[in-house]
Amino acid sequence: MNLKLRVWRQTDPSSRGRMVTYLVEDISPDASFLEMLDVLNERLILAGDEPIAFDHDCREGICGMCGMMINGVAHGPSRATTTCQLHMRHFKDGETIDVEPWRAAAFPVVKDLVVDRGAFDSIIQAGGYISAPTGAAPDAHATPVPKVDADAAFEAATCIGCGACVAACPNGSAMLFTAAKVGHLGLLPQGQPERDTRVVGMLEAHDEAGFGGCTNAGECTTVCPKGIPLTLIGRLNSDYRKAVTKRG
Amino acid sequence: MTFWTEGEPIADQAAPDGPIETRWERRQFGAKLVNPANRRKLTVIVVGTGLAGGSAAATLAEAGYKVRSYCYQDSPRRAHSIAAQGGINAAKNYRNDGDSVYRLFYDTVKGGDFRARESNVYRLAQVSVNIIDQCVAQGVPFAREYGGLLDNRSFGGTQVSRTFYARGQTGQQLLLGAYQALERQIALGNVEMHARHEMLELVVVDGKARGIVVRDLVTGAISTEFADAVVLASGGYGNVFFLSTNAKGCNVTASWRAHRKGALFANPCYTQIHPTCIPESGTHQSKLTLMSESLRNDGRVWVPVRAGDDRLAADIPEAERDYYLERIYPSFGNLVPRDIASRAAKNVCDEGRGVGPGGLGVYLDFADAIARLGRDAVEAKYGNLFEMYERITGDDPYTTPMRIYPAVHYTMGGLWVDYDLQSTIPGLFVVGEANFSDHGANRLGASALMQGLADGYFVLPNTINDYLAAGPFRPLTESDEEVVAARALVEERIDKLLSIDGDRTVDSFHRELGHIMWEYCGMERTEEGLTKAISLIRSLREEFWTRVKVPGTGETLNQNLERAGRVADFFELAELMCVDALHRAESCGGHFRAESQTPDGEALRHDDEFSYVAAWQFTGTGEPPVLRKEALEFEYVHPSQRSYK
Repeated sequence: MNLKLRVWRQTDPSSRGRMVTYLVEDISPDASFLEMLDVLNERLILAGDEPIAFDHDCREGICGMCGMMINGVAHGPSRATTTCQLHMRHFKDGETIDVEPWRAAAFPVVKDLVVDRGAFDSIIQAGGYISAPTGAAPDAHATPVPKVDADAAFEAATCIGCGACVAACPNGSAMLFTAAKVGHLGLLPQGQPERDTRVVGMLEAHDEAGFGGCTNAGECTTVCPKGIPLTLIGRLNSDYRKAVTKRG
Repeated sequence: MTFWTEGEPIADQAAPDGPIETRWERRQFGAKLVNPANRRKLTVIVVGTGLAGGSAAATLAEAGYKVRSYCYQDSPRRAHSIAAQGGINAAKNYRNDGDSVYRLFYDTVKGGDFRARESNVYRLAQVSVNIIDQCVAQGVPFAREYGGLLDNRSFGGTQVSRTFYARGQTGQQLLLGAYQALERQIALGNVEMHARHEMLELVVVDGKARGIVVRDLVTGAISTEFADAVVLASGGYGNVFFLSTNAKGCNVTASWRAHRKGALFANPCYTQIHPTCIPESGTHQSKLTLMSESLRNDGRVWVPVRAGDDRLAADIPEAERDYYLERIYPSFGNLVPRDIASRAAKNVCDEGRGVGPGGLGVYLDFADAIARLGRDAVEAKYGNLFEMYERITGDDPYTTPMRIYPAVHYTMGGLWVDYDLQSTIPGLFVVGEANFSDHGANRLGASALMQGLADGYFVLPNTINDYLAAGPFRPLTESDEEVVAARALVEERIDKLLSIDGDRTVDSFHRELGHIMWEYCGMERTEEGLTKAISLIRSLREEFWTRVKVPGTGETLNQNLERAGRVADFFELAELMCVDALHRAESCGGHFRAESQTPDGEALRHDDEFSYVAAWQFTGTGEPPVLRKEALEFEYVHPSQRSYK
């Protein structure tokens, strides 16, 4: 296939970026989107140009490192699919494709398509864990967990922290990311002792990091490669209300 | 031509003796402790944040040490442990099916084809039960049954159900547990986290590992970091093959730099080729994707009986299908260990019975499972794996059998460590896939997660005290001779890579190196092929250092510069792997020498000659390494030819 790419190029966080056009010819429809960029980069290097920087690692849709806006959609046109798992057979021969980094105040651009998502780690630091120092655990079967709760916790826990939810949100909110962790841990008996401090702490960290508020636009769950449901945000709000009411 | 020389044997000085059930307890009792007040004065560097590194950093910080953690990814949560699918073994015997610590120990020693240390493996089986407890307490959402208790499944190489799992995302859930424990310690100020930093050199002062040289991957700044001990948790080296199931960034550089500084590298030729991966689709292929081995619980592996049969799978009647694993290995069937399943796939493809483009594939068929259990039950177990397969290939595995082919997946070899997980450089500890210790010549499924977490949560935090009790060691400065030299080495190498400005890309060299390794040091190895590979690697390495083109500068994010450094180290490792494979003129586990097989084509060990760990000492690039043998003794599980028939 032959494609016309318009790619965001930016040298460093402080410089101005711009869209640059590249013609990419002779791409296999079985190649992944990132493999198509690899091919382009190999050609750029041999032509003496600077290759396009982009984040990626596992290339099997689980590490959460890759992510870019493809024709204005986080991770591109295929539902429930990370950029690395998107294959070129979903594009048309001769198509023009716009490729941009995540756009969000809390995710500054590092270079080209690479952004800094450190703010996600700071949300987890503020309570996205269960305090269980190594060695202190009771037998795993000491506390049975109803299957329905365990399954719901698992669904929430599948979040890969890629940031597509933030990039898609008109407010640049990380509420779905935060709600996924609050939901995962809050659904389990082991997560109850810290349930109140967790939700309050994580929401404070969320706001401090510069993420916007949630207005239930629902764009987040639409682009989420793991299909994290919007209902978790309702659950987070309910947990938050209970926590602050108790605290007084 | 001399490819290696032999040196003095080596022994594991930290290994306790006595009855095997009491060795770990006695080692813990015998090890020196560090008073909690003194731990604050001691700093430990941990390189890598996967299951081993993440759990070690969190646990050491909980114990009161000052920890500095480094990873090349943008967050510690992204380390490649996250991609492990199938599960984690533990000798809980929740199924009442005859499992025990001893059976897990026995299965692991046998599965490793009698090339692992009994003491280490027994300890691994012992602490396996604590790992599950620990992870459940952290909120890891393992699969459960309706009664609320944990579910188990069986896995290749065993006849009991001891594998705990979280859908097909067990590694992700376990890693997030360790990551969250780590983030908690970061918030408490006990861990200083450095993401997007890569270790490029080890600092050894007074014969002890005292720090590392790192490059900030965003700014390009080189800095030296000091500590009282250094822990490498930097993973395996499967990417030497270019195509593997590893993440693109996985590399050997941290281990290789330590090897060059004196740490012995053990059993580098033991590589695991995983039988169930998605076949290559073209020259653009950048990595291979694994389909969890758990699929073999319900999927049946087959190829056409007749060579060259190019009918669609659906058009081939039952009588003309060869379910070759069930035929050759009736008692284990589709659940034979990985090395055996991989080689069997290669054999049927070599016979011209492979399926799909290029004849490099076999079917993994779920039609019977869907008929027996119903589509919903199959979807509940494997739904995400089926979706992943369809996304990559465009085929629907509910209606068309999957096509699979073996791919490089895991490396059993790694830096040599003693029972305390300390390398031959005092103060340098190595955990997880980066060390060589527990899997022998072949790793069983669901044992990598077990070993990573065993090392990080339970073993290292106990054994490292014995070393740190002698600290804190003398303060270092930037101007110390060894520190200046280590830093200069890094800077010179970067300058060299950037200055060549040749006409070939880093990836083109890496691909070519990978082809050589897959062809001659892959599923089947011969003396002739390995000798040829060594000479091909040497000339390609020379070409690399004269023709590679690394664009850009060192003062910014430069992904090609990162890759160039990693590939340069892979070149040196590749040669050592071939030398190790050449010297080991026997077949064992993941190392199959065509010259050493039984009449029916199974691996033939030579215990009289090769019952040892091959620990290699570096003598210079392209110079013959020195072989140091550590004899293996089997007091409990007596070596026999592995049989899964």
